[in-house]
Amino acid sequence: MAAALFHILVFPGFLFLGVLALFAEYVDRKLCARLQNRIGPPWFQPFADFIKLAAKDSLVPELADQWIFRLAPVVALASPLTASLYIPIWRRDALFSFEGDVIVVLYLLTIPTLTFFLAGWYARSVFSMLGAARSMMQLFAYEIPLFLSILAPALLANTWSLSGMTRYYGAHPWYALLNVIGLAVSLMALLGKLERVPFDAPEAETEIVAGSFTEYSGRLLALFRLAISVEMIVACSLLAAVFLPFGLQLGAPAGFVLYLLKVLLLVCLISLFRTVFARLRIDQVINFCWQYAAPFAFVQVLIDLVAKGVLIS
Amino acid sequence: MEHSESVRVPIGPQHPALKEPASFMLTLSGEKILHAGVRLGYNHRGIEKACEQRSYIQDLYLVERICGICSHSHATCFCQAVEELAGVEPPKRALYIRTLVAELERIHSHLLWLGVAGHEIGFDTLLMYAWRDREIVMDLLALLTGNRVNYGINTFGGVRRDITPEHKEAVLRGIDKLEERTKYYISVATEETTLIERLCGVGLLSHDDAIRLGAVGPTGRASSVKRDVRRDDPYAAYGELDFNVITDDHNDVYGRTLVRVGELMESYKMIRQLLSNMPDGPIAVKVPRKILAGEVVSRYEAPRGEDMHYVKSNGTEKPERVKVRAPTLANVQAVAHMLKDRYLADMPIVVAAIDPCFSCTDRIIAVADARDRRAGVMTWGQLRAYGIEWYRRRGTDFSRLNRAFSPAEGD
Repeated sequence: MAAALFHILVFPGFLFLGVLALFAEYVDRKLCARLQNRIGPPWFQPFADFIKLAAKDSLVPELADQWIFRLAPVVALASPLTASLYIPIWRRDALFSFEGDVIVVLYLLTIPTLTFFLAGWYARSVFSMLGAARSMMQLFAYEIPLFLSILAPALLANTWSLSGMTRYYGAHPWYALLNVIGLAVSLMALLGKLERVPFDAPEAETEIVAGSFTEYSGRLLALFRLAISVEMIVACSLLAAVFLPFGLQLGAPAGFVLYLLKVLLLVCLISLFRTVFARLRIDQVINFCWQYAAPFAFVQVLIDLVAKGVLIS
Repeated sequence: MEHSESVRVPIGPQHPALKEPASFMLTLSGEKILHAGVRLGYNHRGIEKACEQRSYIQDLYLVERICGICSHSHATCFCQAVEELAGVEPPKRALYIRTLVAELERIHSHLLWLGVAGHEIGFDTLLMYAWRDREIVMDLLALLTGNRVNYGINTFGGVRRDITPEHKEAVLRGIDKLEERTKYYISVATEETTLIERLCGVGLLSHDDAIRLGAVGPTGRASSVKRDVRRDDPYAAYGELDFNVITDDHNDVYGRTLVRVGELMESYKMIRQLLSNMPDGPIAVKVPRKILAGEVVSRYEAPRGEDMHYVKSNGTEKPERVKVRAPTLANVQAVAHMLKDRYLADMPIVVAAIDPCFSCTDRIIAVADARDRRAGVMTWGQLRAYGIEWYRRRGTDFSRLNRAFSPAEGD
């Protein structure tokens, strides 16, 4: 019981992921600022922002659905935290695992987007409803490439469990090179999931203010922002576990440092994309995902199927 | 126009996409704009009326404050009008300095626009880079005139500050750096995929529509309307300069971007010519305080398009009427046309592409009754009485306070 509580609240649960997420937010903001020739925030800025927002009043619009409006940020934060329990971090095993947990993790990572939709839709303001509709449209665009590109390595490993996958790729680290296309596609889909430039149409500031989050303020907004940061960290951990299975045998300190480096590398890539692209329109996002991302994900599936035939026989 | 599943989205008067208050009421079906209603008038400052109550030289500083970005445009345009009324010809050197500041102002305005355009399509890196480089030209303007904006260099009959050889040197150095940066932006604009995706085919305005709706400046020139006051009706030193009028046949926001970066290159060329051919001599002649009676229209190619001032004098030291037509007024009609049947996501960049300056444009407001759409005229006294009555009905009565504070006026 005490161990379970420790896992949920401290490590790798709420506290650890929360701190790591805010630190990753700092890395993202600082790197982005430096690339844009700005100075950027000091290291504690994301923490200060979180504390400041959490200390402020949360206004709930009269017309909004009170329950959904208040519950959405909590659910958005809880689901990636739950997902993290099934992702192997620096060992070859996650805390918990069962055959099929890769599907569960992917679904848990979809839930935040659904809460963005519900929160925006039931806030009943024009801008948040438009943002909600765009979130949903974008979900249909990136979700299938993301699923395909993460499930393709699972085909080769012949298991539906993330721990099984890391065990397999840990034993044959060079097989991970077969999945490079999958890494590229899932990184791109991740930008869509996190609503980052160039796929940030759902919260395009200059068109629809802040999209789903237009009506949010105070504690609830702080939770939403933390949820997005945590989602970024958890999704990066997932990508690191699936596509970068190197150095998993090194043990606790070295493996842990390596894990942090992998996640930071992915975070840095995300902020690099943020600085070099312009925002795409929602129709362009959908075209891009179905014209380029989905076919490439299929290519990845084919590669893994062929590799499986060749390597096993 | 009412659609069963359409939704009305108010972009403005306060909205992150707008730098100044203006209202765009968009009727959307999904992401598509069915109808765009444009309303201006949130920024009326009564500058024209204020001009009638001040002397000419005071007005010069007032019109300079019509716009924070093309302040030199309005000041020069007004100066030209008054000089023509007074029958004075400013010395050559003064005209060259005016033109120099005008072209530096065009550079700062176009770089500013480039950054804003980047921001509107979610490309903040372009905003940061363009505005960083804009600092070079802002520093040059501060060096030449003493101010970063509202330069105050013009006076009737000439300019107020001479430029030294050191100034020349500094300007040439700055221009070299800016030219290199502008070449980089041209390569960004022609090679960066997401940028082209977001700009090409957006905000289409055909050549005929541009003429019919009276589009001016880069907005018109991007639709192959080869009109430029600097070329068609040369003022200041433009008649002696060798430059091209940049046009483009893309007819869209992408074309407007290319025209503006192309104009930047032309401006660098012109500044080099101005500096090398700058004549010697006095920088101003004296103009009498009282201006001869008459009326005159003055034209000027501001960074956003043709700026026009009409000045009527009655022989006293105050003008009888001043009328300003800022370029945005000419272009704003085209915006509603460009927005129709486009996506909501294109709205910020389409509006930004005319480089709007709403507070320069707002001249008059007609407050219409929402029910019968009737506008009326109120005198100052009626308006005051209406205000007092409006508050009294809501339980606030200021009349006693008013009396206490202004015993001379009474009630």
